[in-house]
Amino acid sequence: MAAVKPANRGVNLWLRYTLLTFVALIFIFPIVFMVVSSLKPDQQLLVDTGSLRAFLPVGDISLNNYFEAFERAPVGLFIFNSILITGVTVALSLFVCSFGAFSFAFLKWRGRDVILAIIIATLIVPFETIAIPMLLVVNNLPMVSSSGFKIGWLNSYQVQIVPFIADGLTIFLFVQYFRDLPRELIEAARIDGASWLQIYRRVIVPISGPVFATAAILKFLAMYNQYLWPLMVAQSEQYRPVMVGLQYFFQLNVAWGEVMAYLTVITLPVLVFYLFLQRAFIASIASTGIKG
Amino acid sequence: MNKLTLFGGAVVLSTLLASTAMAQTELSMWYHGAGNPNELEVLDVIIDDFNGSQSDWNVVLEKFPQESYNESVVAAALAGNLPDIIDVDGPVMPNWAWAGYMAPLELSDGALDGFLPGAIGEWNGNIYSVGLWDAGLAIFARKSVLEANDIRVPTLDNPWNEAEFDALLLKLQATGDFDFAIDMGMAWTGEWYPYAFSPFLQSFGGDIMDRSTYKTAEGALNGDAAIAFGEWWQALFARDLSPGTSQDGADRGSGFLEGKYALQWNGNWAALPALEKFGDDMLFLPAPDFGNGPRIGAASWQFGVSASSENQDGASAFIEFAMQDKYLAQFSDAIGLIPATAAAAAMSKNYKSGGPLEVFFGLSENQATLRPVTPGYVVAALDFEKAMADIANGADVPDALDAAVDAINSDIEKNSGYGF
Amino acid sequence: MSTPVRSKLSSATGAGWGMAAPVIGLLSLFLIFPFILAFALSFTNQRLISPNPTEFIGMRNFEQLLGLNVLIIEPERDGAGELVRNDAGEPAYPRVRTFTRNNPDYPQYQGMREWFAWNFRGDRIVFLASDVIFMRALTNTFLFVAVVAPVQGGLALLLALLINQKLRGINVYRAIYFMPVVVSIVVVSLLWRFIYDGNDGLLNNILSGLTFGAFKPVDWLGEYGTALGAIMGMSIWQAVGFHMVIWLSGLQTIPETLYEAADIEGATATQKFRYVTWPGLRNTAVLVLIVITMQAFALFAQIDVMTRGGPLDSTQTLVFQAVIRGYEKQDISGGSAISVILFLIVLSVSLLQRYLVRTKN
Repeated sequence: MAAVKPANRGVNLWLRYTLLTFVALIFIFPIVFMVVSSLKPDQQLLVDTGSLRAFLPVGDISLNNYFEAFERAPVGLFIFNSILITGVTVALSLFVCSFGAFSFAFLKWRGRDVILAIIIATLIVPFETIAIPMLLVVNNLPMVSSSGFKIGWLNSYQVQIVPFIADGLTIFLFVQYFRDLPRELIEAARIDGASWLQIYRRVIVPISGPVFATAAILKFLAMYNQYLWPLMVAQSEQYRPVMVGLQYFFQLNVAWGEVMAYLTVITLPVLVFYLFLQRAFIASIASTGIKG
Repeated sequence: MNKLTLFGGAVVLSTLLASTAMAQTELSMWYHGAGNPNELEVLDVIIDDFNGSQSDWNVVLEKFPQESYNESVVAAALAGNLPDIIDVDGPVMPNWAWAGYMAPLELSDGALDGFLPGAIGEWNGNIYSVGLWDAGLAIFARKSVLEANDIRVPTLDNPWNEAEFDALLLKLQATGDFDFAIDMGMAWTGEWYPYAFSPFLQSFGGDIMDRSTYKTAEGALNGDAAIAFGEWWQALFARDLSPGTSQDGADRGSGFLEGKYALQWNGNWAALPALEKFGDDMLFLPAPDFGNGPRIGAASWQFGVSASSENQDGASAFIEFAMQDKYLAQFSDAIGLIPATAAAAAMSKNYKSGGPLEVFFGLSENQATLRPVTPGYVVAALDFEKAMADIANGADVPDALDAAVDAINSDIEKNSGYGF
Repeated sequence: MSTPVRSKLSSATGAGWGMAAPVIGLLSLFLIFPFILAFALSFTNQRLISPNPTEFIGMRNFEQLLGLNVLIIEPERDGAGELVRNDAGEPAYPRVRTFTRNNPDYPQYQGMREWFAWNFRGDRIVFLASDVIFMRALTNTFLFVAVVAPVQGGLALLLALLINQKLRGINVYRAIYFMPVVVSIVVVSLLWRFIYDGNDGLLNNILSGLTFGAFKPVDWLGEYGTALGAIMGMSIWQAVGFHMVIWLSGLQTIPETLYEAADIEGATATQKFRYVTWPGLRNTAVLVLIVITMQAFALFAQIDVMTRGGPLDSTQTLVFQAVIRGYEKQDISGGSAISVILFLIVLSVSLLQRYLVRTKN
């Protein structure tokens, strides 16, 4: 590398950026298409799809699709529900799973390895295949609500939150990360007489920012995109999240402009959340991947 | 301080008002029209009128997107969480009634007089559901196109026959003016397939299953008549007379209006835009007769009462209230559907004598055929849909029909004959 | 682990169980128990909706799914024993349905259908399956995994090498490459339907532009030969950024000094990759492979939005069939049986992967 002449280096650099940009176009074009299409009337949108105009905000550009989408469905409510459900689940999940993972990674106890193996095996089960048995489970759980005690969790936020707090992937991510941390930290704290709880809180959590960020974004994506489960358990509009709301737009003749506007609006919170966590996220996967 | 007292007083007052309203027993109602404001507006009027017309019941509406409505109902039923009043797609009703989700309606004598047969949901000797409207299908065509190609305009008494229909499709294709001679609507997957296409099968002399026993599809769906139908069907696509399964939903919606398709097999709900576009040139033609008379599907969305409701009398009362001709006419005006009674048709904008869609009332009255009235229909419809798609995509006709027959029969067997 | 201090410190059964109790409890209630329920249902005739009582039927659901048989058909001969030939001059065979439908001479074939067949020494060898759709779903799923796992993993590694440079603004590119992962797979599938459209889809127009019109438009999702490939392509595109980031992390753990040493030895770029980079990525490779395999076996949303298993079953998959049967066809026990088979397959593949890796180490 040191031998490369300055002129060559300029060309080299230019080539690298060209390649990087070309690849970037491959990854971003459908998203540009979505945003641009949301600004066009249906007729023009469909004509434009076949050409490069699909990516250019040209022609009859307006925000009409957005107004119409908000008129057709309570979009604000759906986004509020999704953010609430996702936010609470992610927060609880990070806490409960990291707590459990701490035990799997640092404490030695009977049955630990078997249980961890079972937890990792749960990753194999696609949710779609157990949704109905799960419906029967939540329908027999007790709950306390404003109207008193009752059996059955349907039609609530909690039925969309509690079942997803613990999940194998999140636990696995934390365990892998914790196992790579220097054990001396724990031993030193233990010798100082700290309890396990204190070690978790004062030693481990402060140095685990990256894995918390990774787990947060992955959990956020999975929760925000939930569809089948809320469809089954949220009968009243009041509790419906964004992916169920998408169905409001698939009438006999689909108004594609409105669909694109809706998709843009519901993708926005995820992008914001992702960009917010991006730095920590990349650093975090960098460290969780080490041990495989 | 004063403000606060005033505010407090208002709260007490509104609580009082609310509790007077609470004297009415709440009836929950589910409807499939979420995302369709025109339709909901009419329903809201009916509900408001009903709630204001008596002091016993107060109907509260919950709306669902149609795409996933059935899944929502089934999940709720599994969880024992159904509302008092549900709406149900006509052919699905026997399945829900058989499963014990629905209770027979308690209507007063004569309440159903004058209703189109397609709007009455009867199973096992009981009325379980009633539709405020029916839907009807027709071949959409332009008079000018037919005339230019010297094609006869068919009538209810004298529809096109198979040979005539085939010849005119080839003729239209040969003009080169159109992408396709006819659009069957393959982009509309789901219930559209059995609704729109199984009447052709019946006109050939076949059926989705054997209606004399409802215990098998053998013979009905893979006999000679059914194979003849399947070969006719396949030839439509093999010769590029109609767009196939990969048709774009947008083309389905606008292709006929834009002149891409010479003819279109479509429903009355799409008739108004076509009339607006082509005016007097627009024709709504009866289905061809393939040997056993021209047929079109019947039955659309209907209202029923859930079996778990503690207020079945109230739920029935609401449905009977909604069955008034003026509401039937209002629904028709709002969404273009066929009013379920002749009296309501006369009150409606489009179906009254001389109205632009009057012809559909005749089609519905004369050609409408119910899909198999059995709890097994729900699954049979999916197998029929798959066979139609596979045949259109070039599958071997008898094999595809055999596969559907086997799937339907195995389902009937797993359900111990569905009570037949 | 062997030092006395460590074992004394970390042996804590009470605290260990206590801290793990919340996740164990939640997972047992909301994942393991429902799965056991599904497992149990697969041995019954349970329907989603039915007034009929549930009965234990043993292995019947599995037999129905996995039933296979071979039928050898001799060509038709006329009265004189001469082969009957069709228009193309090939020998004609009696239709398979004459053997499999209500033929009392062949009860073992009753209700089976042709899965695939070929001609051998004048006879026609027909593989029959009692559930052809399931067999298609099974083979499609394996094909999907076999293509997507290596291609997605390989492309992700290339991207990681590309992005692992110290350049201004490289983080922007990283974010963009990761973008498809962030957008819901349902949304992505909807958008790609436009790209794959057979008439005026973007892909067709680009290809036709690049070849100056020589390329004939293809109905990517509508043709038997291209539909699964189109879904594979989109799936790779969607998740490649995720695995790129995992590779990237592996790359960043390889000490810079190793590369410097290689430079001193005069190694070429290829040699550096072969002898420095790749050995340092073994653990990462295992992680990527296992995660991709599990994700690929769960293929569902793309199918549901884009093709619903068609055309002609070319995109049926196991999870899609499990869902169709369990929900739409109300056959919850049949759907559960597919889930159980899927679970056993993925478990075996995972154990096999682990075993292979272990022997190498």
